[in-house]
Amino acid sequence: MSLKRPSKEQPESFEFNSSSLDAANKIIAKYPKGKQQSAVMALLYIAQRQNNNWIPLAAMKYIAKILDMPYIKVYEVATFYSMYNLSPVGKYFVQVCTTTPCMIRGANKLVEACKEKISENESELSPDKSCSWMEVECLGACVNAPMMQINDENYEDLNKEKTLEILDMILKGDTPKAGSYRGRVNNEPENNRKTLMEFKNA
Amino acid sequence: MLKDKDRIFQNLYNDLGSDIVSAQKRGDWVDTKEIINKGRDWIINEVKDSQLRGRGGAGFPTGLKWSFAPKEVGSRPHYLVINADESEPGTCKDRDILRFEPHKLIEGCLIASYAVQAHVCYIYIRGEYFVDGQKLRAAIDEAYEKKLIGKNASGTGWDLDIYIHYGAGAYICGEETALLESIEGNKGQPRLKPPFPALVGLYGCPTIINNVETIAVVPTILRRGGKWFASLGREKNTGTKIFCISGNVNSPCNVEEEMNIPLKELIEVHAGGVVGGWDNLQAVIPGGSSMPLIPKEKCETLTMDFDSLVAEKSGLGTAGVVVINKDQDIIKCMARIARFYKHESCGQCTPCREGSGWMWRMLERMAKGEASKDEIEMLGDVTKQIEGHTICAFGEGSSWPVQGLLRHFKDEIKKRNKFDPIVKENKNIPYLVDQHLLDKNA
Repeated sequence: MSLKRPSKEQPESFEFNSSSLDAANKIIAKYPKGKQQSAVMALLYIAQRQNNNWIPLAAMKYIAKILDMPYIKVYEVATFYSMYNLSPVGKYFVQVCTTTPCMIRGANKLVEACKEKISENESELSPDKSCSWMEVECLGACVNAPMMQINDENYEDLNKEKTLEILDMILKGDTPKAGSYRGRVNNEPENNRKTLMEFKNA
Repeated sequence: MLKDKDRIFQNLYNDLGSDIVSAQKRGDWVDTKEIINKGRDWIINEVKDSQLRGRGGAGFPTGLKWSFAPKEVGSRPHYLVINADESEPGTCKDRDILRFEPHKLIEGCLIASYAVQAHVCYIYIRGEYFVDGQKLRAAIDEAYEKKLIGKNASGTGWDLDIYIHYGAGAYICGEETALLESIEGNKGQPRLKPPFPALVGLYGCPTIINNVETIAVVPTILRRGGKWFASLGREKNTGTKIFCISGNVNSPCNVEEEMNIPLKELIEVHAGGVVGGWDNLQAVIPGGSSMPLIPKEKCETLTMDFDSLVAEKSGLGTAGVVVINKDQDIIKCMARIARFYKHESCGQCTPCREGSGWMWRMLERMAKGEASKDEIEMLGDVTKQIEGHTICAFGEGSSWPVQGLLRHFKDEIKKRNKFDPIVKENKNIPYLVDQHLLDKNA
């Protein structure tokens, strides 16, 4: 089990802005009548997006009220799932996969790069407060290992130099191009493709 | 090697585009109405004839699963749920289907929903695949626009709505009942079975849950016939499968191949061989991290299908092949997998919640050579205490890789961990009860 604790500094109140509220209502409509509780995960995401990528306790109370469910159940969900950030993270949130398939292809080099460029410890903001990084479990791009995710995009087939370049870019406020950093196309075997050849370059 | 014309996922590498026009060129959505008009029994029988087994890990026959749905819709509606919570380390096949072959999945959803009489289908995508989920979202919108799904889907008279539900980074939600709990807005903790979801599932209604790949191959099976699918592979292990080959190989890749393909061919031909040559191979995890590893000697002749891997005391699982060469420390690799399970245990059953942490801590010390020699047996004992004593299969999933390590690499662990606790030595072993009796300066 992983343990998560909410941030010590919490804002007084939280409310959806109008676009968040629209999105929330659309999501609630996807579920049968009386089962609006199903929308809690999606609403937590919306709150997280609106509030600089983390969820304050006030947002959980607000969502509980919207969905007509006990606050503690929202709290339960928010602390159970690892993708909800309960304390502030950087505008660029770097997640480095270090599970075995990435580890044996050198994920520790990516961690080193993050330590050099962003902060010594994980989940700590960079000096300019724009970035933070953390080690995470498998992100599901094992054939593109080692890889990391920055906000929603995957950066694949990395090594230490490429990672340093990417981190330099985000520290300057640019968004680097997502995808493979060895120039390979999606998940095809690099320089060794033997299948579906008639479509290649078609 | 499988002929290209027999590959179901023609757009696995996105050479052709994933939009609806290109998908229709490849044959998706072409005669969906005719297929559905042949009726429920024909569809289920054809899937049974194809001997398709679920691609999510357990390998349960799909046709049989569909036939468990009640024949008549009673007071409770039926649901179809697609499991796209692909989180098994070493596996990344569903991601490619979501982003490059979304229309195969959506068409499969329509056919399967019709077969099990569901009007609503939820696709549960892991939160990390947000970008890929957006691609599926776009494809669903295209299908709605062309009236392929929605009211009177594809002109069949069947109504179907498809919704996407994002997970939020919990591996356990790949377990089907935990997934249902998660859709209902709870913590993802598995339910006791029985009752099985086919009778009491989402919101207490009959629910059929299938993996992405399982559903995405169904339209092609129905077009080309169950017999065609059954002619590939071998008896009870039929058809094609997307293999993900990662780890220490020269060209890691996803490739669709026939079931029962030799592991050596998969690695040497498709993945460009082991880094440092075949002789540098140490072990292979054949089916995602929860399957026990297989040492090099057995890899020479091993074929990749459900039953032949079970015979080797491992399993095909999700067909995520992780190749580990001799440059890696095998104990460290397994300790990292144990850490993954420790992190992902949902905390519901005590043996798993506590045991997964024990296994991780013991393996970490074994990797450093700090464990006593008795602990090797103790570790095996801990795995046995977890296995079979939990609500869901996570207990097995976390203990099997450790058992695999003990089965094949016990000598390696023994060589590194010779320490005998009876001899008084200046070692700090926190779990020893009589620690205080040891002379600190001896």
